[in-house]
Amino acid sequence: MQAKGRAFKYGSNVDTDVIIPARYLNTSDPAELAKHCMEDIDSEFVKEVRTGDLIVADKNFGCGSSREHAPMAIKAAGVSVVIASTFARIFYRNALNIGLPILECSEAVRGIEKGDVVEVDFTTGEISNATKGQAYQAEPFPAFMQELITAGGLIPYIRQKKAT
Amino acid sequence: MGMTMTQKILAAHAGHEEVKAGQLIMANLDLVLGNDITAPVAITEFEKIGVDGVFDRGKVAIVPDHFTPNKDIQAAEQCKVVRSFAQEKQIENYFEIGEMGIEHALLPEKGLVVPGDVVIGADSHTCTYGALGAFSTGIGSTDMAAGMATGQTWFKVPAAMQFRLTGTLQEWVSGKDVILHIIGRIGVDGALYRSMEFVGEGVSQLSMDDRFTIANMAIEAGAKNGIFPVDEQTVAYVKEHSYRDYTVYEADPDADYDACHTIDLSAIRPTVSFPHLPDNTRTIDEVGDVTVDQVVIGSCTNGRIGDIRTAAAILKGRKVAKGVRLIVFPATQRIYLQALREGLVEALVEAGAAFSTPTCGPCLGGHMGILAKGERAVATTNRNFVGRMGHPESEVYLASPAVAAATAITGRITDPASVSG
Repeated sequence: MQAKGRAFKYGSNVDTDVIIPARYLNTSDPAELAKHCMEDIDSEFVKEVRTGDLIVADKNFGCGSSREHAPMAIKAAGVSVVIASTFARIFYRNALNIGLPILECSEAVRGIEKGDVVEVDFTTGEISNATKGQAYQAEPFPAFMQELITAGGLIPYIRQKKAT
Repeated sequence: MGMTMTQKILAAHAGHEEVKAGQLIMANLDLVLGNDITAPVAITEFEKIGVDGVFDRGKVAIVPDHFTPNKDIQAAEQCKVVRSFAQEKQIENYFEIGEMGIEHALLPEKGLVVPGDVVIGADSHTCTYGALGAFSTGIGSTDMAAGMATGQTWFKVPAAMQFRLTGTLQEWVSGKDVILHIIGRIGVDGALYRSMEFVGEGVSQLSMDDRFTIANMAIEAGAKNGIFPVDEQTVAYVKEHSYRDYTVYEADPDADYDACHTIDLSAIRPTVSFPHLPDNTRTIDEVGDVTVDQVVIGSCTNGRIGDIRTAAAILKGRKVAKGVRLIVFPATQRIYLQALREGLVEALVEAGAAFSTPTCGPCLGGHMGILAKGERAVATTNRNFVGRMGHPESEVYLASPAVAAATAITGRITDPASVSG
């Protein structure tokens, strides 16, 4: 499992209200949510983001509401992985449950700047910054979590397990 | 090594003698909660699992409270999905308009949560029930779906922080000021992944309403849960509201805490969180001159009867300042009725308040009180993030019902002591 794309960089305490404002929560259609992803913190994000790109942020990413619409919007916008120093705990669970890869790595957050091209290997936890020629090491996912993410989240993973 | 109160509850629900911080466990659930925003996503996921019904019709609660009464066609469609699911699966605790309330005030009031329970809810403020000595925490829609299907969920056992409360609150200082003070001290990620356990002789000085407010905002410090010991007040509350049996858990004397903070209740001043994070706190003495366009009193944090009483006591016989919009929304129908019987609604409406049916609406910028560009509100709610109550360039200041009511009279953030009596 790998990801490669350009980085979008944010600071600490990026909350779920700026990831997907509540005024758009009258739908749970991922494509519709993706149109407004990060709107209140970075109005350029949806115009610039391309499939495979990364979000890199400092501490407590995804704090606030339990709305699963937040990781859903990010995933549907085409983001391949979110790297942060720390994640708020409900966002952390929700991201993995819907199959959005996330990694905690302060070193990568310090090194990566907006626009850097970054490659991530989820099996080893290696993060390579092609633009800067740097490498950072995150804790890789355990095997079951890699399976869960590859399956597309908790529910497809449960269904796969039931079928085998 | 002993266990914290939270760890004891989790151990019992996972069938273990002992658990340790960091351990992954599978726990049995006493209640699974969702609302009109999070349940539609959960229902879609639930259908994919391929089970016929929910694990226990009496242990699922669905409360359409966020965009209700339906704010637009899309919201109405979402509520319809939730209503149909509740009917089809014969969910016993589905609360329709007319009998509903804001979920975190409603569930304790209906006796659906008792001490020692493990509760998950697809709403971050599910941590409110820690006031009753239960373990409760917010999760997302997928976890709600799996919880409804299996009656279980996995947890990483949290480490804990202890908050030892001493002394007695001064007049016009409430649970809201206590939790804003604590969040200001430790930061919005100060308790990340951990339990906040409140102990000490100061606990007995706090009303149940104050405890619900404090536990409610544990999430705003990043905590997994906030929890209070069970005392005479808790038992009296539970006996009044529930027929269910309950279990009292106590932390071991040698339980391990990552940090211990002593909070002298008598030293806490009315406290206000400035935009745009709940930890950006100032005491009322440090606020300066902040004029407001709107005052909101209500929510799962501060829409209980004690909160409405405080607001009415300050506003009775007074008038809301010209140019200020005061919106009061009680958290449940029962609280609404109580406020009506006590003459609180009359006092507030005569003062110039708009008195609303229970809804989460304004708190999350849904409906019933959205802010325009550049507008500023004082709210007794729980979040003041960018755009939380409306336009991304509006501002929310978090405060207690007493500060909010005093502010409604003057039009600027005001110490309640200066307008009372």
